[in-house]
Amino acid sequence: MKARVFVTLKNGVLDPQGKAIGHALNGLGFGSVGEVRQGKVIDLELSESDPAKAKASLKDMCEKLLANTVIEKYEIEIK
Amino acid sequence: MKSAVIVFPASNCDRDAATALEQMTGKKAAMVWHQDSVLPDVDLVVLPGGFSYGDYLRCGAMANQSKIMGAIKAHAAKGGAVLGICNGFQVLTESGLLPGALMRNAGLKFVCKPVSLSVEETQSSFTRKYDKGASVTFPVAHGEGNYYADTETLDRLEGEGRVMFRYRDNPNGSARDIAGILNEKRNVLGLMPHPERVVDPLNGGTDGRALFQGLIESLS
Repeated sequence: MKARVFVTLKNGVLDPQGKAIGHALNGLGFGSVGEVRQGKVIDLELSESDPAKAKASLKDMCEKLLANTVIEKYEIEIK
Repeated sequence: MKSAVIVFPASNCDRDAATALEQMTGKKAAMVWHQDSVLPDVDLVVLPGGFSYGDYLRCGAMANQSKIMGAIKAHAAKGGAVLGICNGFQVLTESGLLPGALMRNAGLKFVCKPVSLSVEETQSSFTRKYDKGASVTFPVAHGEGNYYADTETLDRLEGEGRVMFRYRDNPNGSARDIAGILNEKRNVLGLMPHPERVVDPLNGGTDGRALFQGLIESLS
């Protein structure tokens, strides 16, 4: 089973990298770009075949390592 | 005072810390590899600066999974002193021993320069030898030193006198100019600036000596 985890900064946490990307896009002439927030995508291969178990295990991984929940939130996608 | 310095892969201030400790205490610090699971019998544990595990995932995130962290948490829980400098501070926030997180500098640039700090609180073994409100100059060298915590945590840190150092001219966007904080039990300090680099006058300053003197007085 394959899974994808999205880790992004929580709303309200300043994202200087997102801001810089936004400025750069504006500079390239993409005038319609407003706020930009960036994050990480982590692709994982799991030997688990039960989606519910996989999801529970991925949640645990996010809480323990993949995300720092002081500043980040995460979303799990099972493929 | 007996001390240990933890060595993670890609720690690069471990020997600076060991040299400063030896100069100040007259005793060699034990160098403890991150894969060890026990600490020697020491009063102070230093988590040094550097780029442990190449800062993969998040600064300090991988180091926090090291075997030695269990022993460090136990040492802190029984009141032992822990000093986290720069990457060491990042490891301490990742481990939950200190609240908040250290994020990318607001200016997105690595900042490497001496900075002026004010000593906010003197009620700790780390800061007791400074005068309250004193100005000290320590170098900083980091790309992720932008201290973040929610408003409630920041208010609590300030209310409990746990903000130990503040930047006089904020180099990284840290909330409320915070450069260093203490845990609730007042035995764990994390700070981004490097006191161990200002112990020997040949390195351009001696403002860091009082931090180690305070520890020696409290822990010997």
